[in-house]
Amino acid sequence: MLLSIKDLSVSYGKNQALKNINLDIEPNTVTAIIGPSGCGKSTFLRSLNRLTELTPNTTTRGSINYKEHNIYEMDPMEVRYHIGMVFQKPNPFPKSIYENVAFGPKLNGYDNNLQEIVEESLKKADLWLEVKDRLKDNAYTLSGGQQQRLCIARSLAVKPDILLMDEPTSALDPLSTAKIEDLMTTLKEHYTIIIVTHNMQQAGRVADNVAFFLNGELIEYGSSEKIFTKPFDKRTEDYITGRFG
Amino acid sequence: MHAKKMQQRKQKNHLFKNLSFFMTLITITVLFLLLYDVFKDGIGWLNWNFLTSYPSRFPEQAGIKSALVGSLWMISLTMPIAIPIGVMTAIYLEEYSPENRLTTFIRVNIANLAGVPSIVFGILGLTIFVRTLGLGRSVLAGSLTMALLILPIIIVASQEAIRSVPNSLRDASYALGATRWQTIRYTVLPASLPSILTGIILATSRAIGETAPLIMIGALTYIAFLPSGPLDSFTVLPIQIFNWTSRPNADFHGLAAAGIIVLLAVLLFLNTTAILLRNKYQRRLND
Ligand SMILES: Nc1ncnc2c1ncn2[C@@H]1O[C@H](COP(=O)(O)OP(=O)(O)OP(=O)(O)O)[C@@H](O)[C@H]1O
Ligand SMILES: [Mg+2]
Repeated sequence: MLLSIKDLSVSYGKNQALKNINLDIEPNTVTAIIGPSGCGKSTFLRSLNRLTELTPNTTTRGSINYKEHNIYEMDPMEVRYHIGMVFQKPNPFPKSIYENVAFGPKLNGYDNNLQEIVEESLKKADLWLEVKDRLKDNAYTLSGGQQQRLCIARSLAVKPDILLMDEPTSALDPLSTAKIEDLMTTLKEHYTIIIVTHNMQQAGRVADNVAFFLNGELIEYGSSEKIFTKPFDKRTEDYITGRFG
Repeated sequence: MHAKKMQQRKQKNHLFKNLSFFMTLITITVLFLLLYDVFKDGIGWLNWNFLTSYPSRFPEQAGIKSALVGSLWMISLTMPIAIPIGVMTAIYLEEYSPENRLTTFIRVNIANLAGVPSIVFGILGLTIFVRTLGLGRSVLAGSLTMALLILPIIIVASQEAIRSVPNSLRDASYALGATRWQTIRYTVLPASLPSILTGIILATSRAIGETAPLIMIGALTYIAFLPSGPLDSFTVLPIQIFNWTSRPNADFHGLAAAGIIVLLAVLLFLNTTAILLRNKYQRRLND
């Protein structure tokens, strides 16, 4: 077990966004988190690398064990170093393409083979061929889809174990979306991916396992095959067949 | 019906454009009238002698050497005090301070301080720096007072600059394992620096043009020597100008106008430098 979530509850002030979530994640899998808007998907993802605690007045209970260590007892910087994140809207830094990818390694005082790391990360994110002659250009000169792959490369550059992706393709066109979906399938060999998506087809295409959330609760968790063909819970079925949400 | 609505909307659109153009025109006209008036009176008095002479009872011999040097002294002491305190306070308030009533109270009060009349800062400076700390009517006392006066301006401008950095950038930095300080240093500050510099430009101009608090703490109007250290007495351009305008002899009014031209030139020079500096950073940010 790579990640083992036990009785996780998260509240923003008095508003409880997650209620007693229990979930185990195997290495080298893609797990899709689905559920209607506001059900706590982003909150769940952000609690996995302790980004939730940056929001004032949040409280977290329960434990998340990463390789047998409770991440809530680890140093948050170290947690985020192992568990990277890609956000819904591409958010490159207003710096050059090169500097964006080098940012993470540099934070940790890494500077001997930066060039190599940058190239390797851009290749893994399938962006290298498009940008290799313009590494000095500002990241904002890239298209939205390219920016999102740059953000993926930026996360990969710190060599994480787990990659969290919060609706990474919702701001992208079908072609860029397909590229990123292909990417997830190749990245799976070396990384474990947890992705939030509103797109059932996408979940079906990329995910090994699917977790369905509703009102802050985990309703059902299982292999994507099972969830999409014979879900256990009526609410899951209603949701994936588009009857609500 | 639809066509008529469209026509109306176009008219309104047009009307507003003309109106704003007209308002701009008013501003520019007033500015040019002022400049014309000042230049007409002052240009005749403006020469090398004027810049290199001390003030005098005789208009032909009078100059602004001590005021000009005094202003430079004051600014070069004020800014190094006010900038670090102001920017760091803003960083603390925006990035570190917990969200509670005390923080809100401090924020509101700083914003209010920016609106306090400058003479009040003069009284404060007189009490604290001149008397209690015994700095006397020195450049240092003046600079500290001026630093207090422009602190809220720098803090508020920096706060706004820092607040306008989108949270998505902070998230990106933290998600890569950055500490809070690394996030501030490498993400928040670079992105907000151009706006912070704009705030500093405005604050500098304010400090150069401000007169009342310095009169209050007793910057002298007649000084026939240059300050040789921060504890010497001094005068500044606006005080010298104020002094000349209050004389009955019309020649002194010409001197005052010439002084205003110099003051404007200094302001223009400083603002241009600051704007160039800002553009340079902004370009670096966009590269
Ligand atoms: N920063 C915040 N402060 C207060 N409440 C929040 C915050 N972020 C989220 N919430 C609340 O927590 C609950 C879950 O929100 P969350 O963003 O996790 O939902 P989501 O499933 O990601 O929704 P969406 O599909 O629209 O992105 C919502 O009720 C939301 O209002
Ligand atoms: Mg969300």
